[in-house]
Amino acid sequence: MKGNSKFLQDFFSLLSKTSLMTFFAFILFFSTTFSHNISSQEFDIAKGKSLFNANCASCHKLNKKLIGPALRGVSAKYEKDWLYSWIKNSAAMIKSGDEQAVAIYEEYNKVAMNAFPQLSNEDIDNILAYTDYVPPKPVAPVSGAPVSESSGSSSTNDLILILLSFVLAVLVILLVLINKTLKNIIPQKAVAIDDAKNIKKRIPIWKAFIQNQFLVLVSVVILLLSSAYFAYGYMLQVGVDQGYMPIQPIHYSHKIHAGANQIECQYCHSSAKKSKHSGIPSLNVCMNCHENIADYNGEEDLEKGYTKEFYTNEIKKLYKAVGWDENSQSYTGDTEPVKWVRIHNLPDFVYFNHAQHVTVAGVDCQKCHGPVEEMEILYQHSPLTMGWCINCHRETNIKVKDNEYYTKIHEELSKKYGVEELTAAQMGGLECGKCHY
Amino acid sequence: MGNHKKYWKSEAELSSNNKMIVGLKNNEFAEQLPTDLFLSNKSSLQDSSTNRRDFLKYLGFSTAAATLASCEGPVNRSIPYVVQPERIVPGIANFYATSIADGFDFANVLIKTREGRPIKIENNSKAKVKSSANARVQASVLSMYDSLRLKGPLQKGQEVNWTQLNQNVIDELESMKASNSDVVLLTQTFASPSTSKIIKDFKKKYSNVRHIIYDAISDSKALDAFEIAYGKRALPTYDFSNADVIVSVGADFLGDWQGGGHDLSYVKGRVPVKVGNRIAKMSKHFQLESNMSISGANADKRVALTPNQQKIALARIYGYISGNKFSGTLPENIELSIKKIADSLIKAGNKGVIINGLDDVNAHLLAYEINELLKSLSYKKDELSLIKQGNDKEVLQLIKDLNSGKVKGVIMSGVNPAYTLPNSEEFISGIKKANFSVCFSMKNDETASQSKWVAASPHYFESWGDNEMVNGNFSLTQPTIRPLFDTMQFQDCLLKWMGSANSFYDFIRNNWEQNILENMSWNQALHDGFFKSNSKNIIKKLKFNPITCAEQLSSSKSSVFELVLYSKTGLGDGQQANNPWLQELPDPITRVSWDNYLTVSKFDAQELGLKNYTVANGALDSNYAQITVNGVSLKVPVIIQPGQSKGSVGLAFGYGKKNAMKEEMQIGVNAFKLYQNFNSVQNIEIEAVDETHEFACTQLQNTLMGRGDIIRETTLEVFNTKNVEDWNAITKVSLNHIETPVNSPEVDLWDEFDRSIGHHFNLSIDLNSCTGCGACVIACHAENNVPVVGKTEVRRSRDMHWLRIDRYYSSEETFDGDNKTKDDINGLSDSLSVFKEMENPSENPQVVFQPVMCQHCNHAPCETVCPVAATSHGRQGQNHMAYNRCVGTRYCANNCPYKVRRFNWFLYNNNDEFDFNMNDDLGKMVLNPDVVVRSRGVMEKCSFCIQSTQAVILNAKREGRRVEKGEFNDTCACSAACSTGAMKFGDINEKDSEVSVLKESERVYHLLDTVGTKPNVFYHVKVRNTD
Repeated sequence: MKGNSKFLQDFFSLLSKTSLMTFFAFILFFSTTFSHNISSQEFDIAKGKSLFNANCASCHKLNKKLIGPALRGVSAKYEKDWLYSWIKNSAAMIKSGDEQAVAIYEEYNKVAMNAFPQLSNEDIDNILAYTDYVPPKPVAPVSGAPVSESSGSSSTNDLILILLSFVLAVLVILLVLINKTLKNIIPQKAVAIDDAKNIKKRIPIWKAFIQNQFLVLVSVVILLLSSAYFAYGYMLQVGVDQGYMPIQPIHYSHKIHAGANQIECQYCHSSAKKSKHSGIPSLNVCMNCHENIADYNGEEDLEKGYTKEFYTNEIKKLYKAVGWDENSQSYTGDTEPVKWVRIHNLPDFVYFNHAQHVTVAGVDCQKCHGPVEEMEILYQHSPLTMGWCINCHRETNIKVKDNEYYTKIHEELSKKYGVEELTAAQMGGLECGKCHY
Repeated sequence: MGNHKKYWKSEAELSSNNKMIVGLKNNEFAEQLPTDLFLSNKSSLQDSSTNRRDFLKYLGFSTAAATLASCEGPVNRSIPYVVQPERIVPGIANFYATSIADGFDFANVLIKTREGRPIKIENNSKAKVKSSANARVQASVLSMYDSLRLKGPLQKGQEVNWTQLNQNVIDELESMKASNSDVVLLTQTFASPSTSKIIKDFKKKYSNVRHIIYDAISDSKALDAFEIAYGKRALPTYDFSNADVIVSVGADFLGDWQGGGHDLSYVKGRVPVKVGNRIAKMSKHFQLESNMSISGANADKRVALTPNQQKIALARIYGYISGNKFSGTLPENIELSIKKIADSLIKAGNKGVIINGLDDVNAHLLAYEINELLKSLSYKKDELSLIKQGNDKEVLQLIKDLNSGKVKGVIMSGVNPAYTLPNSEEFISGIKKANFSVCFSMKNDETASQSKWVAASPHYFESWGDNEMVNGNFSLTQPTIRPLFDTMQFQDCLLKWMGSANSFYDFIRNNWEQNILENMSWNQALHDGFFKSNSKNIIKKLKFNPITCAEQLSSSKSSVFELVLYSKTGLGDGQQANNPWLQELPDPITRVSWDNYLTVSKFDAQELGLKNYTVANGALDSNYAQITVNGVSLKVPVIIQPGQSKGSVGLAFGYGKKNAMKEEMQIGVNAFKLYQNFNSVQNIEIEAVDETHEFACTQLQNTLMGRGDIIRETTLEVFNTKNVEDWNAITKVSLNHIETPVNSPEVDLWDEFDRSIGHHFNLSIDLNSCTGCGACVIACHAENNVPVVGKTEVRRSRDMHWLRIDRYYSSEETFDGDNKTKDDINGLSDSLSVFKEMENPSENPQVVFQPVMCQHCNHAPCETVCPVAATSHGRQGQNHMAYNRCVGTRYCANNCPYKVRRFNWFLYNNNDEFDFNMNDDLGKMVLNPDVVVRSRGVMEKCSFCIQSTQAVILNAKREGRRVEKGEFNDTCACSAACSTGAMKFGDINEKDSEVSVLKESERVYHLLDTVGTKPNVFYHVKVRNTD
């Protein structure tokens, strides 16, 4: 009984922890929406943000120098009227010899800021409101390292499981108790337990089983066959790495890039169109965007610890690898290639060509790679076994349209096989030498 | 009754005093087990706390641990570029036009690179000259990844940096200049206009510098002769394409004679084609030679003569043509042949040509004179070949000057005199005496290791350069990979030592833009790799007296034995001796790999007691001969060579190298030791040595024994006048005792599969244009990751060549004679004795080459016997081989009538027992990433380069178009490498494709068509222009 109580204690403490977390999350949610409402009473911060992104973001950041200075709290540094005229036409101010204007001009390598005459004073107020806006600090549980490793859905699953096992344990205990009481009752009531003679004469069932040779034979055969079946099934799994999800040197989220930002697969994996390799993008491809995106500002997954800081930190890893100095906004030339862990490993003796599937057949990347746009961490979606390849070849029709290569051969072959459309298999996609050489 | 029968396992057992046999009789295990190593130390055994139980525990634990560990897959890393070069797409090959000029081989080539590393060499067929890569050039891609290359410059054997080396050399040069002491630049033939210019400038800056050109295998005498005849030190070129009669006196012009590359134009005149009613024409090729060369093997009429007899014969021919008579005697039948040759030359007039390979100024002069008399159109004296410029006299003088102290400094590039000079000791003592010596070398070779400074130089794949191989024909060398090691080019160093800030690249570019390119842009020239200038040379004949030349030739005296030194297809001058592909390439004639040897005629061998014999395991053994030239003695193994002229022996250069070589490749003897006074013919004494040498020979069956279904041959006359049935009849087999043609459906065991849809690949092999050069074999190695197995494995017939070139000798004078002998056999006893005799080649046989690879039979015997269906047929005609499915029963190989399947007896990669290129990280860079490296226990064979045919198809699909005409032509590595066009690959379902036209030729036959395999490889009947 002691063990049982300990278990209960643990259980309740766990329950309270999770509820506490949801409670805090609620508070956080309300507090942010609330504070948001307060500050947007005067100026429209949301509008300011969009204006900022459209006009200013290419040269300014909130907290960091880019081409121009960091803009957080800029309204405190300068007069509002001065800011209006500066933003609308900075060049004119420099010409007129405004002291502050010339100072900035000198500081930033004599690069004049673009003029924005299209912005009204109200727009500028909105922008300034956005730059002044300081989001409230996140509440306690979020700070620091990832707190719990299990995600929300799995924790409820665990809860149910724990409950069930608890019920089961209670049932077992009850059963034992009842049995015990019954046994105790028997001698008290002096009930004769059947006739002992009968029991002695009856052969135990296992002995009877052993004596029946036919039964033994059949069961041995069944045992052997079933174990062979399971052993075969187990062996088939050797070398199949479906679900392989290694930890990568940089936490690169396909969910953010392909999902949230909807970047085309082939923007980065460009060689998939023409080569056998889809290609892991070289770091200069990353820098096409990340020269300007130094901080992560998208959604967070607090439970897993994927905070903004976490992602921003991963971007810093990219900068380190490619040798990008954020302060001077230039490449140092000090590079260090990223050693990604390869996920999809085909054996050497298989020849697979991406271009054949992507360009010629027009197969979606997701067909083999699964819902990549939902994968926070990329994993191997398909088993990559030969049976899996061949199944698809049997079921998939050749994409004949607009491909002159197929015109003649498709006409002749489909006539020969008496079908409308040929599958890849009928085109010769099952021949050994097409993939093994 | 006692049985006195003696059983023996090998011929060696019959000789009573064989040490090895006696040894083995007394002690079966020749090598003791090294038990002493671990059992002798009693005390340590007793002190050890590990008892038997512990041992078993450890054993059990480690087995379990290893099993568990193996369940987990390895973690593979993928490392992308940090900044990807624009033109590199992983998985797609790039090609660069460049040229090789290593002093021995010159060719315009294309380099295939994958992910920035060169993996294969192709012919640059757009170039106007030297567009064919021979076996050595094909293999040079592997020499780039030689693990024994120098990683950086050395000073007295110690590592040093370039700034220090350059400064030291500049200091030395300045002090030499101040004291006005001689400094010599000793270089290979560069044939490079820009290099010549740099050297000129260098000499201007350092007036005490001289430049001496040294060719390891010299053509100095031909150059001297041309200078006498025309006043210019160069070599004439030849165009055999329109010649009617070609007479070669000792010149292996299909081999390496005067830099090689003559096979292209030769073959153009060797393929008989009947157009309409016009009879086919072919040139007639006479070859007078002592060693059996590939030129002799291709000749219509070959006369075996010693070098001395050749001289007399040449004088005779000149005599007949000019109407003079010269002394000197020849055997009567040869006299007749010579008369006939001279007559046909006279008859051919300006369509006749004579070439000379005798190492004699008079002989060269006479050959030039005969061509002048004939007004030969094939003799191009105004298109000069510049690839041989070596000057023997200057080199010999240099050695003297070095030893006398007259020359105080020497800078060497592209040469290895300490290996290639007969008097190398003298040379070494010379450079030791010199104040300074710099050697530019890729390896720490014989010369480099003796030099004060070794300037590690790059491979030509990592270098800039330009060449003018034939005057007016310029080519560029461009880097195709960033230098692997800390190397610097000779030319760059010279520029630096002159104080120039330019790099060699700047220099070439300036030079080309200012002086060479007429109206082409630099980028275009670099793209093509080649530029042909329109300027013409006018060469005027000077006066010399041919009569005295002929007189001197005809009065030359013969000794007992004449040694003819030659260069072998595999190693050439030995620069690439550390290249396992070349070492394993069987010689086209002897079919021996991994060795050089003395070729001796059968007659002389009997006289001298030299023997070749086959031992029980099917390998060839020989005894040694001790050969002595002017006191220099060598012990060499012997090959009895059919066709070797009596009284002459042959020995190949390029072997016996020791420095910077893997142990397995330090093989053979160094023939340069006998190359005295740069004379390739030497008087020699021979003595048999009773010691056994083991050869790794890939073909021991030398004759066809009248089996015409392997090689069909006919004469031009029969070909022109008779019906096909007379010379290329369809074989008949007996069906219900009725003779039925083998191609009729009734005799076929299989049902025919309709192959008219889609592609159907065929390979055409023309036996008329195959010269046996072996370039295809190496190309196949490079393309298909064929492993090298080493000498002992080749000896066990375990070579892995997917493509072999069989060579057959005739048992009679001609193959025709063989057929007659066979037909005349009468009765069983006669047939036994006659066939036994026919196993021996004739004294001067006809020779024929036949490339054999997987025939891709449509009714393949191998496919039906595979228990696991690892080999199967594709619709496109290729016989597929799924290595991962193969379990290694070897049934297929046993059932293959062509013996083209190769079994992986061992793991040939990452295995120290096979320490070749696949065992080191650098050597593995040459592997083709599109073809899998096979593992132990699987069968492999030619795939018709399915990776390339599939790539062509995929490109067409990707671009949404049909496969263009001729796109498949160069997909097979062998057919792409075949510069003579003997091999043509293509799709026979494609109308008017080259191969479908060839298939309609009446010369077509299939190898062993009686077995009914319906191969997709077909051959063309060999036609010889004999009388």
